[in-house]
Amino acid sequence: MSVGYRRDMRWLGGFLVVLLLAPPLLGNNYYLTVLTMCCLNAMIAVGLSLLVGHAGQISLGHAGFYGLGAYTTAALSTTLGVPVGLSMLAGVGATSGVAALVGLPALKLKGHYLAMATLGFGVILSILFNETVGVTGGPSGFTGIPRLSLFGVEFSSDLSVYYFILALLGLVIWVAFNILHSRVGRALRALHTSEKAAQAMGIDIARYKLFIFVVSAAFAGLAGVLYAHYLTFIAPASFGFLFSVQLIVMVVLGGMTSVPGTIAGAFFLTVLPEFLRAFENVEILLFGAILVLCMMYLPDGLAGGSSRLWRLVWRKMFVRAEKDPMEGGGNG
Amino acid sequence: MAEPLLRCTDVGVRFGGLQALAGVDLSALPGEITAVIGPNGAGKTTLINAISGMVQAQRGTFRLGADDITFAPAHERSRLGLVRTFQNLEIFSNMTVLENVMTGCHARLRVPAWASLLRTRASRAMEKTIRDEALEVLDFVGLFELAKYQAKDLPFGKQRLLELARALGARPRLLLLDEPAAGLNMSETQVLADLILAVREHFRLGIVLVEHDMDLVMRISDQVMVLCFGQVISRGTPAQVQRDPEVIAAYLGDDED
Amino acid sequence: MDQASLLQYLITGLTVGATYGLTALGFTIIFNTTGIINFAQGEFVMLGGMMSVFFMRALGLPEPLAIVLAVAGTTLIGALVERLAIRPVRDCPAINLVIITIGVSILIRGAAMLLWGKDTFALPAFSGAAPVAFFGAALMPQTLWVLAISLLILAGLKMFFSRSIHGKAMLACSFDPKAAALVGIGVDRMVLLSFMISALVGAVGGAILAPITLTSFDVGVMLGLKGFAACILGGLGNPFGAAAGGLILGVLESLGAGLISSAYKDALAFVILLALLFVRPSGLFGQKDGKRV
Repeated sequence: MSVGYRRDMRWLGGFLVVLLLAPPLLGNNYYLTVLTMCCLNAMIAVGLSLLVGHAGQISLGHAGFYGLGAYTTAALSTTLGVPVGLSMLAGVGATSGVAALVGLPALKLKGHYLAMATLGFGVILSILFNETVGVTGGPSGFTGIPRLSLFGVEFSSDLSVYYFILALLGLVIWVAFNILHSRVGRALRALHTSEKAAQAMGIDIARYKLFIFVVSAAFAGLAGVLYAHYLTFIAPASFGFLFSVQLIVMVVLGGMTSVPGTIAGAFFLTVLPEFLRAFENVEILLFGAILVLCMMYLPDGLAGGSSRLWRLVWRKMFVRAEKDPMEGGGNG
Repeated sequence: MAEPLLRCTDVGVRFGGLQALAGVDLSALPGEITAVIGPNGAGKTTLINAISGMVQAQRGTFRLGADDITFAPAHERSRLGLVRTFQNLEIFSNMTVLENVMTGCHARLRVPAWASLLRTRASRAMEKTIRDEALEVLDFVGLFELAKYQAKDLPFGKQRLLELARALGARPRLLLLDEPAAGLNMSETQVLADLILAVREHFRLGIVLVEHDMDLVMRISDQVMVLCFGQVISRGTPAQVQRDPEVIAAYLGDDED
Repeated sequence: MDQASLLQYLITGLTVGATYGLTALGFTIIFNTTGIINFAQGEFVMLGGMMSVFFMRALGLPEPLAIVLAVAGTTLIGALVERLAIRPVRDCPAINLVIITIGVSILIRGAAMLLWGKDTFALPAFSGAAPVAFFGAALMPQTLWVLAISLLILAGLKMFFSRSIHGKAMLACSFDPKAAALVGIGVDRMVLLSFMISALVGAVGGAILAPITLTSFDVGVMLGLKGFAACILGGLGNPFGAAAGGLILGVLESLGAGLISSAYKDALAFVILLALLFVRPSGLFGQKDGKRV
């Protein structure tokens, strides 16, 4: 198949191998928790980068979808005693369904108006999580969620849950690459650049916007159900507006369109607060400062920054390196 | 002669208080080049927009072959074989040249979206076919060597060709060209004229051409329709239209500026 | 529902709505010169309130002076934000700049928390806290202050944009920055000015609201959201729409809280906003085309 796809598959393989080998090297359970959170956030961010980076449609409400998945599976499995596997499926299904219902009218909006609509939707969901105490447990959270189990087999160790989540993250990334290297991916990029031209090529832009909105919400919902059964405790604070904003930051920091970049962005933004915890009071301040500096000095995000660095190193080391055929632009 | 491929009847478009088109009839025969000319602001681009579904006409009917497309949305018209290009280039700048043309083939790939998601055997086979066809089209317009370049890096003239190639990727029955020679120099226009004639031969399609460049129009079209202030003031063969005093008056009145 | 309590909700709504309106004006001014949504706008509002409290308590200044200093300080911070974080990278895509303003807002919030802690503070009402009876409703004197000062600011901005050379230049920038630059308007200066005016307007809003709703280091988040919502409600880019959007949002919210449930008042405001957007995709007073980026 195409060169780009093969390169991406190689990257995915390498990524999975590294994360497969990481836990024994880290040793400590705390690091494993952070790594698991990295994977969950990466899952959401990858979906969001398809929507925001490729299709050019903003969403400031994805934390809501994340929460919807988590609360749906929590309520079904804990309160109603539905088997965990089934309730997780229902969680992802419910998230996708709600995304379709919201997306249908919302995606007719453009730019800042779409941002507002998705933001408003996220805020509404977060208020519901807080106020429907009978269902969600309210601000103090939902406790006693059963651990992850499938077909009666419980994932008893955190490590086994980590590997399960990693496998699903691999699946999500694989699907994302498939989309990008197919007619669907081309349709998304087309409607991003020119809705008129996309229509002229027979692309039903409303359908594709909705499709990718639902797919990205489903990824967020999937991360949500996994999160609920991993921590066995969820609270509304994890699914608020600020997390939606953080998700967007992950995508932008990753360079908007690069899947590896987005994953790097997600890992960076998940690890950074943990790292800054050592600085106690100035934690938030530093977080803000680093964010500003990153955006100022890495305008193409981590992906762009690292590839620039890589090219620099490459040139320094191998002066007579092969000429990149794509570089240098057109001949006119 | 043959049944018209495209038949627009009594088309009327109004923007607020401005009547952009009124009572315009247009039919295009398969295998023929039908040109629409007229001074600036005559409603030529509005006509293309109305035919392609980018602007909803308040009056009139549109038929493509046997299909009534009056109420079909733009993407549906494209799927039925009515494909257009744009006067101010609307190429997909975030893709390579090849991907642009493959996007043109979009509507002909009838695989469901989930098949692309899972990269099924059928979707891979389809991708391969499309890639080969897109390369063929690129070869036809002379952009084969540039297939892997980013579209935004091409010089203007080549971007015009790419715009044409992308439309051809959709294998239209009727091609709508919106001022394809705008911004091209004389020799480039020359090449374009030959290319348009070759396209007609090779792809056996009807062409509706909106153009400013009189030499180009007179050289390649079979039928010419002249618009002025949203109304048809003359139609016929290039030779007939050129002799029409009303056309001459309309153009002389305009050429001052 | 009797008329007196309806009137009471209306008054409360207008008071809070006036601050939303001022916040929304701040968004609009920066949006019009730069095309970006400044997510630190809510933080300017917070600074207005918190710095007033700080100048009064820590330095023992009289309230009017404290407020003036707080507004001046916030304006200065607005200028610093533009000079240090926006100007060096202004050619970047809008989304990058928006993320930078998000970073700035986190930074300001973090600094405020560090300086003043996580407590909630109250600023004394400007002229006593004894309510005045008004057709059966209780009218706080502070409410009158809020409405009067908001109107003054609105009138001042109107004068500025229609009369002064700087105001006109800023309007020109918003229509077409390139053309504005061609006729010799310093776009840099105008962007700086827009950040300063936004910070000033936001800080005033924060200071006059603080006696009513209390203030703390994190009030900026929700106020920012509401201000953005008010902008969109009124039609982004339209200052009159922004002010009106703020009032409408405030009243809706207050009525929702009174008539339905105070727990869902924010939800209700956003439900109405969404419903409205779906019917009128470019806000109440916006241009037809909902796209301006």
